Amino acid sequence: MTTFSHPPRHTLSLVVENRPGVLARVSSCLARRGFNIHSLAVGPTIDPGLSRITVVVESEKIEQVKKQLHKLINVIRIFELEPSMAVERETMLIRVAATGTARTEVIEVANIFKATVVDVGYNSLTFEVTGRPAKLNDLIELLRPFGVVELVKSGRIAIGRAAKSKPSRMRAVG
Amino acid sequence: MTTITGSQSVISSLEHEGVDLIFGIPGGAILPAYDPLYSSPIRHILARHEQGAGHMAAGYAWATGRVGVCVATSGPGATNLVTPLADALMDSVPMVAITGQVPTHAVGNDAFQEAYTVGITMPATKHNYFVTDPDDIPTVIHQAFHLASSGRPGPVLIDLPKDVLNQETKWHAPQDLELPGYKPTLDGHPRRVKEAVEMLAASRRPVLYVGGGIIKSEASEALTRFAEITNIPVVTTLMGRGAIPDSHPLCLGMPGMHGNYTAITSMQKCDVLAAFGVRFDDRVTGDPDHFAVGAKIIHADVDPAEIGKVRAADIPIVADARRVLTQMIKAWGDRPPIANQEWLETIREWQTEYPLSYDQQPDGPIKPQFVIEELARITGGDAVLVAGVGQHQMWASQFWDFDRPRRWINSGGLGTMGFAVPAAIGAKAGMPDELVYAVDGDGCFQMTFQELITAAAHQVPVKVAVFNNGAHGMVKQWQKLFYGGRLSASLLNAEVVDYVKLAEGMGCIGLRAEVPEEVGPILEKSLAIDDRPVVVEMVVDPDEMVFPMVPAGGSNDNVILGPEPGD
Repeated sequence: MTTFSHPPRHTLSLVVENRPGVLARVSSCLARRGFNIHSLAVGPTIDPGLSRITVVVESEKIEQVKKQLHKLINVIRIFELEPSMAVERETMLIRVAATGTARTEVIEVANIFKATVVDVGYNSLTFEVTGRPAKLNDLIELLRPFGVVELVKSGRIAIGRAAKSKPSRMRAVG
Repeated sequence: MTTITGSQSVISSLEHEGVDLIFGIPGGAILPAYDPLYSSPIRHILARHEQGAGHMAAGYAWATGRVGVCVATSGPGATNLVTPLADALMDSVPMVAITGQVPTHAVGNDAFQEAYTVGITMPATKHNYFVTDPDDIPTVIHQAFHLASSGRPGPVLIDLPKDVLNQETKWHAPQDLELPGYKPTLDGHPRRVKEAVEMLAASRRPVLYVGGGIIKSEASEALTRFAEITNIPVVTTLMGRGAIPDSHPLCLGMPGMHGNYTAITSMQKCDVLAAFGVRFDDRVTGDPDHFAVGAKIIHADVDPAEIGKVRAADIPIVADARRVLTQMIKAWGDRPPIANQEWLETIREWQTEYPLSYDQQPDGPIKPQFVIEELARITGGDAVLVAGVGQHQMWASQFWDFDRPRRWINSGGLGTMGFAVPAAIGAKAGMPDELVYAVDGDGCFQMTFQELITAAAHQVPVKVAVFNNGAHGMVKQWQKLFYGGRLSASLLNAEVVDYVKLAEGMGCIGLRAEVPEEVGPILEKSLAIDDRPVVVEMVVDPDEMVFPMVPAGGSNDNVILGPEPGD
């Protein structure tokens, strides 16, 4: 497998005003400043006036990325989610060549990853699977020898992990 | 509340914001807005090109400190505004641009004079709006003026489809800004301010590095006071000229690519560099890896993204320049000035050894620097000086002593040739009692001189000294220094243009000086004319180059002080 070196990836969670063109402003800002977007997912929040953009950016200068995004008038808040402090998920649809005995083998591998068959073709199987980005990559590697016909991934979405115990006392941070 | 059109709402909103003067050109999509303008007290200056309207708005804003307003129609009208918008974004100029757009039902259908204005100007504005409901007009315009003039100022564009302008609406005074994502930090963090004061108090070779942020936040007084109570010398960037008077003993003048040796070298050798309202632009720092390597950095700016963008700050302070300098003065309290006599003596030695210089021979060609000095002498420095971009701009900044802010207007960050003529018109229209003198290169002048027709038509008596060296002088200089003297496409065929006739053809007075002794009298003659614009052609030495110079990307340790023999 060819590996491409890339700057470190950072998951940013943006709370933005739910208005036309905000996604364009965010992507334009990143493109203009030369920051590469690895993945991007956007959707509504529980507040109809707000949207959430989860963007995975490849950059050595993540502070600058955050500051430039913050300058956009429609961006209200930005959180950087450390993988260890966040639940990160991607969804993948993957179509694998599978005929004859290969079909059962492919299904066995998929089962281990809790991937569900969502479409059956005469020479292929299509799975839906959700998980951590690393888990999806493992599954891809295991299915690759069978022949991956098509692969569609959602952008990564992420949420910070909640506190596991009641804080003993409040401490000002600043 | 009476029912009005969207157009009337636009004009009422502009009046509500206190706008008295706008610059623009009408056209199909913006026509509805021009109808209520006809009966409004707002004065409209009809530019000859939308780029001119944009730079006029910028010149107005530079000179007055108020928001400049320009108007254009859809499509080409709007795209012609892109350069002034990008210019204003780079130089943090408060500006509101209003553009017409094709009717909403036609948007996206490649209609006549349709361009995706909001998309095109997104990276050239601080923010922009596409209005789809005429009821939004008062709030949008109120937000636009607030965004343009607060925090780090900048241009804001409002795109108004023709049907929105024609629809019925009601005007209401905007109540709430409703900008949840926009809350500029204006006061410096007290702990950071204290740290900065302590760092400076312990320093022996400090320098204050100040720029456009001082001008924008009206911080000159605070800056001068802080410099005086601490005894710290100050360098003023191209954008910050006049932040502290050039005549002040602590003012070292302009640093950077064409800065003076002392300003450049004091930054290179300082132990603490305290930066206020600057952005460590490459024209100031040269190669950033070799810029002020031994210095600790205090960096205060209202735009957090500027702090650490080029150079990591030891003490970062997000704040408005005036407020943070006021905080610094308070935090300094009754400490004595810094014991930096040795440092100041070194600086004096540099100033004596490496002054700015040029050689005007009485029977030689006119040196452009001499024109600047003559103009300063004759006006007593009491003028708003406007420049375009290139050699003439550097000479103007080098050889004019600025005594206060908002007296020096030029295109810094974007380096927009053609800026001077329209910017001077905007400045003069905003400050009719001031003498507004543009110095321009012949290359720059030929980009926007048609706006002198605007000036003549609207009785805006600006004065423009055109430095005719028959070339894109700075390009030619680089070709001579770095491209083996191969003057590829840099010569302007000076013999083609008669600037006196050109001026007269545009309703202006045209004058010309060809030898040094004519310079003073011709400039005096230009000052005596106040009923129409004046163009003064200065036939200057075509071989004169701007020095000192730090070649692009070079280290500021290697200042080229003058031409090598044979250059």
